[in-house]
Amino acid sequence: MKKLLACTALTLAAMTGTSYASEITACLITKTDTNPFFVKMREGAEAKAAELGITLKSYAGKVDGDHETQVAAIETCIADGASGILLTASDTSSIVPAVLQAREAGLLVIALDTPLEPINSADATFATDNFLAGELIGQWAAAKLGDGAATAKIAMLDLGISQPTVGVLRDQGFLKGFGIELGDPNKWGDETDPRIVGNDVTAGNEEGGRKAMENLLATDPGINVVYTINEPAAAGAYEALKSFGRENDVLIVSVDGGCPGVENIKDGVIGATSQQYPLLMASLGVEAIHAWATEGVKPAPTPGKDFFDTGVALVTDEPVDGVASIDTVEGTNLCWG
Amino acid sequence: MSTTPNYETATPGSPEAVADFSDNHNSMINRIQHALHVTPSLVPLIVLILSLIIFGLLLGSKFFSPFALTLILQQVAIVGIVGAAQSLVILTAGIDLSVGAIMVLSSVVMGQCTFRYGLPPSIAVVLGLACGTFVGFINGWLIARVKLPPFIVTLGMWQIVLATNYLYSANETIRSQDIAKHAPLLQFFGEKIKIGSAVFTYGVIFLVLLVIFLSYVLRHTAYGRHIYAVGDDPEAAELSGVNVKGVLISVYMLAGLICAFAGWALIGRIGSISPTSGQLANIESITAVVIGGISLFGGRGSIMGMLFGALIVGVFTLGLRLMGADAQWTFLLIGALIIAAVAVDQWIRKVSV
Repeated sequence: MKKLLACTALTLAAMTGTSYASEITACLITKTDTNPFFVKMREGAEAKAAELGITLKSYAGKVDGDHETQVAAIETCIADGASGILLTASDTSSIVPAVLQAREAGLLVIALDTPLEPINSADATFATDNFLAGELIGQWAAAKLGDGAATAKIAMLDLGISQPTVGVLRDQGFLKGFGIELGDPNKWGDETDPRIVGNDVTAGNEEGGRKAMENLLATDPGINVVYTINEPAAAGAYEALKSFGRENDVLIVSVDGGCPGVENIKDGVIGATSQQYPLLMASLGVEAIHAWATEGVKPAPTPGKDFFDTGVALVTDEPVDGVASIDTVEGTNLCWG
Repeated sequence: MSTTPNYETATPGSPEAVADFSDNHNSMINRIQHALHVTPSLVPLIVLILSLIIFGLLLGSKFFSPFALTLILQQVAIVGIVGAAQSLVILTAGIDLSVGAIMVLSSVVMGQCTFRYGLPPSIAVVLGLACGTFVGFINGWLIARVKLPPFIVTLGMWQIVLATNYLYSANETIRSQDIAKHAPLLQFFGEKIKIGSAVFTYGVIFLVLLVIFLSYVLRHTAYGRHIYAVGDDPEAAELSGVNVKGVLISVYMLAGLICAFAGWALIGRIGSISPTSGQLANIESITAVVIGGISLFGGRGSIMGMLFGALIVGVFTLGLRLMGADAQWTFLLIGALIIAAVAVDQWIRKVSV
């Protein structure tokens, strides 16, 4: 019985193998399949794949940081004879050997949203310029405060203690935009400017955002500017501020541009956010794999950058001079999740 | 010259008594061991007071203020409520890895019933609580009736409930502002009472009342004693007429219900309903239980100890943050505390009375 099953499985595998050989297959591997950001990414990829007649197979880790599942997914894609892989890596440096293995097997590997370490481990990177995203909200906050920027008290609500690249870039971008001298730009928390009250980590969710905000307010109740890694963390920070009765005199800035986040700007919870475009990343990625499979052309990075910039826009209803922005009406049209 | 050795000369120095097995119960160490055996929540209480004093001395009024101390209470409220559920389960020599998942799913059910189906918030809350109790019932039924190990059942249920939670909610957050406008009842546990600079949320008050109520039930009611009996020795309990299966199923249902309450309190705490919260609640609740001196082998420990355990973690977290220490140090110290707590538990078990 067992033997029979095994035989059937083998035959089936062989049959599907031959039937797929004629078409183009692409893989999309995301950190999780639950975060709206990645859900949107998958929607974008699926729509484009259907348009180009590509078979798209999606894989995802169980939670953010689930590295093993992603490696297994890459191996599956190689075995499957896919033409290319779109990858948002959970562990940007440990994934590199698996990525190189895929490239040696002739697959085009494109990192979406999260650059690998080193960035050239992938054939191309389609991502938001996270440093620029941070810089925009930093400039906005400084301009909004005017003279008060010199005496601001800033809370930095970061992602995690392992300092993932995305979190570091946004954090450092914000500080530069605000006009604070950076230490080592590859890590956060080493700045000496007294205006920074402290850094705390949020895991990028409401619960973590609230706790981190409480901890920093306990350190210094005078905080009046809050940088947050993303909008859920910002919503949590707002709850903490509300329980302290400080929600109206503190400026919260964030990054992401998800629909609930844009709503929160409309309601005055968040002052400004930098919006990114996951749908675009994914559809451009599928196009690139199509070009690779049919013409053998690799995508080129944006001039002057080591990745392909999919764009970022500042969303706020209180525009300031010198920083280009869009309002929440336009932000709502473009938002994801 | 005599060469015969005189062995007898050596005897006066040796002990005269033979084979004395009576233990010296009056020595200091033994008395401490005995006291801890009788009152297992004493160790965490002492550690809690010591850590409060140490951080108070190091940080002064910044830490030792009504404000900061009640902030710790707010921060441990959720883990404390979930920990109460976990305590009940661990007292029966079980474990529940699905507590955090049940909590999140219940809060999502409350939110979806209100915002997707347009039910009145009070009914949504009841449905959320029922949902938690039902998941607890499945756990209890599989453990008591199908005789599967609690670890395996709840490990599986953890995944099932989390996946259900994500699929059902589409991982969409319900915003705090919408809840405040349309269903303020869901944020009930976020309401607060201010006494000077001390802030007590309803969630904190609920935690304290819950712990007092459960410790009364566990100590002074037949049902409570049955829980201990089942955890200590299920066969002996069965022989003395305890309905072991009934007790087990009811404990897991009660745990599910308490987790659902934690889910309600969670909405009050973070304002919004977020399917991604509470990821570590199972580990954090087990940590509180273990540091609180409840034996993982069942049948011994008190729910008060769990509360102290949760508070110790809260005190260390805030204290170290205020000192500006890297967050890693908190994890390191809490890890050391867990191992120390279990070592103390093993030592107490050796007591001869």
